[in-house]
Amino acid sequence: MGNVGAKEVPVLLSPEGLRIDGRKLDELRPIRIQVGTLHNADGSAFVEWGQNKVMAAVYGPREVHPRHLQQNNKAVIQCKYNMAAFAVDERKRPGLDRRSQEISKVIGEAFESVVFAEEYPRTSIDIYIEVLQANAGTRCAGLVAASMALADAGIPMVDLLPAVAVGKVAGQIALDLKKEEDNFGEADLPMALVPQSGRLVLLQMEGHMTEAELAQALDLGVAGCRQIYEKMKQALRERYSTGPVGGSA
Amino acid sequence: MKPGPGTYRTGGKIYASVLGLLSERPPLVSVVPLSGRYIPKPRDVVIGTVTDVQGTFWLLDIGAPRWAPLHMTGTPWQVEVGETERFLRVGDAVVVQVENLDPTGRIGVTMNGEGLGKLEGGTIVRISPARIPRVVGRNGSMIQTIRDHTGADAVVGQNGRVWVGGSPEAIRRVSEVLRIIEANAQHSGLTERVESYLLATTPTGARGPELPPAEHAHRDAPSRLLPPAEPDEETVETEDDTEAPDSAKPGEE
Repeated sequence: MGNVGAKEVPVLLSPEGLRIDGRKLDELRPIRIQVGTLHNADGSAFVEWGQNKVMAAVYGPREVHPRHLQQNNKAVIQCKYNMAAFAVDERKRPGLDRRSQEISKVIGEAFESVVFAEEYPRTSIDIYIEVLQANAGTRCAGLVAASMALADAGIPMVDLLPAVAVGKVAGQIALDLKKEEDNFGEADLPMALVPQSGRLVLLQMEGHMTEAELAQALDLGVAGCRQIYEKMKQALRERYSTGPVGGSA
Repeated sequence: MKPGPGTYRTGGKIYASVLGLLSERPPLVSVVPLSGRYIPKPRDVVIGTVTDVQGTFWLLDIGAPRWAPLHMTGTPWQVEVGETERFLRVGDAVVVQVENLDPTGRIGVTMNGEGLGKLEGGTIVRISPARIPRVVGRNGSMIQTIRDHTGADAVVGQNGRVWVGGSPEAIRRVSEVLRIIEANAQHSGLTERVESYLLATTPTGARGPELPPAEHAHRDAPSRLLPPAEPDEETVETEDDTEAPDSAKPGEE
């Protein structure tokens, strides 16, 4: 305990076993999902997850740009994850960096394993993820938003892709880390689940865990993904169950 | 039951692959998508915009996953190789018909046929292709109601694009009606709803003497379709394919 550099380490776990924001170890932050938020995209979604705010837009299937990426037997999936300069406390240098390139790649590859790309040969499905406000877990929030946007765009896929990060905080395995827990915790393990098959299509880890802890973390994450999956389906139902609108002179 | 469109089978079970409505028609189970790009069908009449001009053909954006080539022989014009740009340029809007689809997803279209040709003036409004049947109505009743009440001219493309010509006021009202139809497509009594909107917004003398619709049409859109003759060298660029501003405000309701 005490000081790490100049920064004060916050108390991440109270004696009662509650976390910095009062959550239990296996509790998610509140999630709000809104589908169809952008007019010009073929599909779009906005996700508020704790203090994360992420917008996703999907275009396509459409003509491939640049042309040389075109595949004769299937659609290519191009994913771009970007974090706004104002998304974090200290201004982030705008544009591509190693972190966003990596996240774009892993998210794009996660979707390649669920989208039926063979149905649209020689086309491109373009996914844009914009993080407007970040508080740890933006790749998971981005993945959930992109998954909803793909569904909204009518793109055929095996299933929606719920995602969540599990971490190790003050020696305990905890679901859905927030910023302080991510910064001062011991490990972070984001994952994305295909609920239909139980397969994980994204799994990364930073920090250290024992084998037993990893097994516990995976179980906790899969359970968290299933909770998120229900919210995702609910958000899609809400999108198409609105009452009559407009028409008043 | 067998897996139909919008579904897939794995481990002996059938799952939906798209967001949509369940349809069970033995022996097929399928899911009818609620959203998505326009998927072309042969004989569909669609509205497209020229995105590229080549020596012997034009590429059209018809809202499908891929651009559709319109070959110079598929037009009513006498086009010489290399002269394609004299007839249609990038940004021009046309009404064409889907002729054939090949397994690689290539879409063949033609401009030979009744009601097909180049569009002049007016505005193109985009709505979801899934909503087009409601815009047309039973035997075209809805679109006829709209034409009668606004004096506007309208061409409905199966790809979710509706060309509207006439006075700016008529175009504005038709755009609003299309927005209402798109938002309420799943509800019954849509024709009555649209009719009451149109009656309630019938232009009065408030904005000065109202010209008969025919004269409006003359001023703003000389002709809906260019006659299949030699076009002018200085063809005026048609209205761009961007959405009419009135129809593009999702937060309006």
